[in-house]
Amino acid sequence: MNSPKTLVDKIWESHIIMDLGQNTYLLHIDRNVQHELAGATALNGIDAAGRKIRNPELFFGVMDHVLDTHPGRSDGTPIPGGTNFIQQFRQRTRAHSLRLFDIDDPRQGISHVIAPELGIALPGCTYVCGDSHTCTIGGIGAFALGIGSTDVEHVFATQTLIQAKAKNMRVILNGKLGDEVYPKDVVLYLIADIGAGGGIGHAVEFAGPVINRLPIDGRLTICNMAVEFSARTGIVAPDDITLEYFRSRLFAPKGEMWEKATEYWRTLHSDPGAHFDKEVVINCDDIKPQVTWGTSPEHSVAVDDRVPDPVNAPDSLTRQTMERAVSYMGVRPGTPMEQVKIDAVFIGSCTNARLSDLREAARILKGRRLAPGIWAVCSPGSSETKRRAEAEGIDRIFREAGFEWRESGCSMCMSGGAGGEGFSRGQHVLSTTNRNFEDRQGRGVRSHLASPVTVAASAITGHITDPRKIGE
Amino acid sequence: MEKFTKITGIAAPLMRKNIDTDAIIPGKFLSKVEKTGYGDGLFGQWRYLDGERKENPDFVLNRTPYRNAVIILADENFGCGSSREAAVWALGGFGIRCVIAQSFADIFFNNCFKNGLLPVILKDIEVYELARQVEESDGKGMVTVDLESCQVTGLKGQIYHFDVNKLYREILLEGLDPIDAALKYELEIDSFQEKDRKTHPWVYQY
Repeated sequence: MNSPKTLVDKIWESHIIMDLGQNTYLLHIDRNVQHELAGATALNGIDAAGRKIRNPELFFGVMDHVLDTHPGRSDGTPIPGGTNFIQQFRQRTRAHSLRLFDIDDPRQGISHVIAPELGIALPGCTYVCGDSHTCTIGGIGAFALGIGSTDVEHVFATQTLIQAKAKNMRVILNGKLGDEVYPKDVVLYLIADIGAGGGIGHAVEFAGPVINRLPIDGRLTICNMAVEFSARTGIVAPDDITLEYFRSRLFAPKGEMWEKATEYWRTLHSDPGAHFDKEVVINCDDIKPQVTWGTSPEHSVAVDDRVPDPVNAPDSLTRQTMERAVSYMGVRPGTPMEQVKIDAVFIGSCTNARLSDLREAARILKGRRLAPGIWAVCSPGSSETKRRAEAEGIDRIFREAGFEWRESGCSMCMSGGAGGEGFSRGQHVLSTTNRNFEDRQGRGVRSHLASPVTVAASAITGHITDPRKIGE
Repeated sequence: MEKFTKITGIAAPLMRKNIDTDAIIPGKFLSKVEKTGYGDGLFGQWRYLDGERKENPDFVLNRTPYRNAVIILADENFGCGSSREAAVWALGGFGIRCVIAQSFADIFFNNCFKNGLLPVILKDIEVYELARQVEESDGKGMVTVDLESCQVTGLKGQIYHFDVNKLYREILLEGLDPIDAALKYELEIDSFQEKDRKTHPWVYQY
């Protein structure tokens, strides 16, 4: 019998074109999905170098990063130069006869949301996008890599990437999720535990009973934040839940092809005894709703906990980092998180803007109003998600609570990119996104990350709020 | 692509963990489809005071002689966060040819080699020793990075060895284009796809 393999080993080995030595390989890439930022730059590079696109049929383009999310949007965007990306991406994809889900296409949305939704990303495939949150796609059992735009050109020209093989890491999620604890809380808890560099150099398989019970949306949320602990990517083995998810998706295989594909997909799991270079076990029974206090996703605590004191840091560099974070965030060590007042909330992004996220937030918002003075924005993860939410009346619940109900896009996840909007300096923003870096959502903006439910609960009270304390 | 063989120059210590690509090139500087002209935006939110191009005198790259740095010294996980390749273009645009750190985030690390920037991984005591020596010399002491011998030479002549993948080393030393390097294997790519179309036909069904 062959030696036991991990899920990642299996996908990796089936895509090797050449062994280039020193653990480096020429790897076949099955899916190339690009947005207007990396896509426009890469296609211009391809044209400037006079190269051909090797497999245009394996490419999917979508507008998500810089486009406006206000209703009635067009090519205009508040970001300086943003319209250029939109128009050049459109022109270049058209010139090369490439598929593009343009601004007004019903299939438009955040690439990491639409790729599973439309069945573009499939289990067992290798997948790239010029965005670090491409690891999201691992949630359906694909090996997904975020890459820079020169590597995007590389994929356009060769349908391959030169990659060093990552080490194998497994995160086992035991136990079960408590009241108002969601995948976002699990992954924030994990990052606080192992650190923002805890996965560096590793491809991470998420496994265990919590993962096995989790619907695809939640698996996508957890894999989305693999890059936030510096993992090369995250992945979950495809199972019955995955197969059921792909039945009758637009670009997923059908009929005889479906039978063939699913037979193969069922072999995609780590063999018993497969070697992992690193393993982390988390007891999810211990996890409470999480919220970040600082400027790294590792700066996460339970919502009923306090801002930690840098004095207690294990070493001087960590202390300096914490001091800097506390000062940037304008929070005092020892303050209960629930006493932190907020100015704005954002529900959106590739992390937490799928239909289940919007449903959970709506459950909290129903019949309630935002606290006075709160600016609240919701941008659904895809245009399809938006339509389905509207069909369920979710948009009305958000609007009646006082939210702006936007079109789909990366929106306010990052300032200066996504739509070009930002919050104001010094404001505390509670956000369902993935990055609380300094200035991420605008100059001097203080971002706190949390689940859609915690964000919704806090929007109602005006301060960071434990969702378990908000009655139905 | 610009070759990298050996450089000797000023090294700027930026001894923080997890320096993310949003910090290296903030989103608001990402307004060009081109790959050049990002040097001004390097560490934009740290280098400039409030919304203007007024320099923050406390930031290391605004101080002499560090404003002429060709090397950056950092702690662990340099380049984490966003995949934006403009982080590498901004470093290059400013004149940085090499970053020496304890570890790098993967996407940033891969992007470096496509743009003539050398990421060097050294042990923490080595990076901190270099930073200490540089600071003692008020930044005037020179650090040498030699890709041919895979050695960093500190101010006191001490030598630190580093590892770099053979292929990436060749790409930097020769200034090769990695796409051309991969296109040499076009026949192998053809035959892989021909076989794969039979075993995994649903991947190619469009």
